[in-house]
Amino acid sequence: MGNEIIDGFIKALQLILSADPMVVEISLRSILISASAIMLSGLWGLPIATILGIKRFRGRFLVKGFFNAMLGIPTVALGLVLFLFFSNSGPIGFLRLLYSPIAMIIGQAILVTPLTVSFITSAIESVDPEIKDLAKTLGASEAEASIAVLKESMNGVVLAIIASFNRAIAELGVVLMVGGNIDHLTSVLTTTIAMETNKGNIELSIALAIILLLIVFTLSISVNLIQRRKT
Amino acid sequence: MNTLIELENISKTYGNNTVLKQVNLHIQEGEVFSLLGPNGSGKTTLLRIMAGIEKPTSGEMRFKGAKVGDGNLNDLRLKTTMVFQKTALFNTSVYKNIAYGLRLRERSKKETDQKVREVLKTVKLEGYEKRSAKKLSGGEQQRVALARALALDTEVLLLDEPTANVDPKNVSIIEDVLSWVNREKKTTMVVATHNMFQAETLAKRAALLLEGKIVKVGAPQEIFKLPPTLLASYARLENVFSGISKITGEGTSLVDIGDGVQIETSFEKIGNTTVFVRPEDIIVSLNPIVSSARNSFEGRIVEVSDLGAIVKLRVKAGRDFTVQVTKRSFNDMQLNIDSRVFLAFKASSVQTV
Repeated sequence: MGNEIIDGFIKALQLILSADPMVVEISLRSILISASAIMLSGLWGLPIATILGIKRFRGRFLVKGFFNAMLGIPTVALGLVLFLFFSNSGPIGFLRLLYSPIAMIIGQAILVTPLTVSFITSAIESVDPEIKDLAKTLGASEAEASIAVLKESMNGVVLAIIASFNRAIAELGVVLMVGGNIDHLTSVLTTTIAMETNKGNIELSIALAIILLLIVFTLSISVNLIQRRKT
Repeated sequence: MNTLIELENISKTYGNNTVLKQVNLHIQEGEVFSLLGPNGSGKTTLLRIMAGIEKPTSGEMRFKGAKVGDGNLNDLRLKTTMVFQKTALFNTSVYKNIAYGLRLRERSKKETDQKVREVLKTVKLEGYEKRSAKKLSGGEQQRVALARALALDTEVLLLDEPTANVDPKNVSIIEDVLSWVNREKKTTMVVATHNMFQAETLAKRAALLLEGKIVKVGAPQEIFKLPPTLLASYARLENVFSGISKITGEGTSLVDIGDGVQIETSFEKIGNTTVFVRPEDIIVSLNPIVSSARNSFEGRIVEVSDLGAIVKLRVKAGRDFTVQVTKRSFNDMQLNIDSRVFLAFKASSVQTV
């Protein structure tokens, strides 16, 4: 068993260093799908978080509570719900999105929304409340003042985006349920690792797992370095 | 002079707390107007309403005769600007802090660069453009905030305790800048302050605000003539003592303020009088010092308030005196509660109310 793992590691490194076409294809697809998902979740997550972070309105506590509670949603459960929605007999089945990269992007975007919203809301809330008034007294409109607050919370926003990306690229449940792990179409790092391990193809699994870890670590470390240099 | 800002029956309520009660005030174009009052009297709220960042609960505000409402709030914000008591800075360079308002006004890069340089020179922070604003000292930060406001050349400058919590060196720079701005630029200024001297030096007119109500509007000297009881309640006027004065020589008097304390003054007065000494005019030492200061007392520190760059001390020397020292002096002298100290101040530092 020990030898198998060591052999696996060696072969995995060979696959990575030789830029094996399959490894490259799956890795790039993973990055592309998760990055798209983050951008999509930002489309609605950022405005929601800005409103939650800046405005004081009735029911704000409940909305925040909802997103916090959704942080721990089991990915398989969400995947199942989305599967039912996307399936032919589901409410949006006519769009024929099931087992497509678009379905995976939408699924991951929904999955990470609570994380994006909660993290960015906290980042905005931690900004000095006088910043908004400061922007206003320097001539900013309500919208411009909100942007100023968002800019002040940029470190937190970047961290939220990275955390969301890491969650998206590392999750299995949603992409498996709505993507189906179809070769050259919807297979991504996590789904391939799961399948190849079941098939006994350990070295490919290890290679992909190393790449997955490398992506997550590299991204987190480089953002950390950039932020340190900025301050 | 034309009236620039008119406040008619302005009230402001937060929940059950009424902060401003039926305030009526007219600010003239080009004047420096002082808002005097203790903490919590509503000065800041009144400034915030004039700045267009707070809406009154009732009443009406007019700017150049036009009623201020939701429709033209942005116009008001472009014509007025406020410097907050607690310095607020964007977490970026000094340059970007100052350029923010200019960018909103769509000034060119060249114009912005020039303006930033000019205002930094005004507040004596030349060459500070690239420095991180939040890493400056408290006094320098407040000067950046002032420069940022000056850069906009607004018609009105609203200043909330611009020199509170700032060390004496920075206080004098800020006061000089404010006098210069009014003299050279004719900018209308409303300054909320607890410092009567500042009110008197800067402003021709002042209003005393107590518990959200305007008690009196007039020349600062007229306000100082209000009954001491009223002024004492308005209190960050510290070291106010009432006593009996007798003339001791040409141009000098001795005021007996009770508890065995007598204060020598550089004015002649007989009978009941109220005097005060600015905390920053009192020198604190660990040993008795020989100096020209006519007043010298020994006492013990009974209270310490850390205000950042400066530390305020209450010293029991027969009567309680409030004094202030820089944080550095405080640390160097290893002062603490119950430390024995000597206080000294000149007869000319003693003012009458």
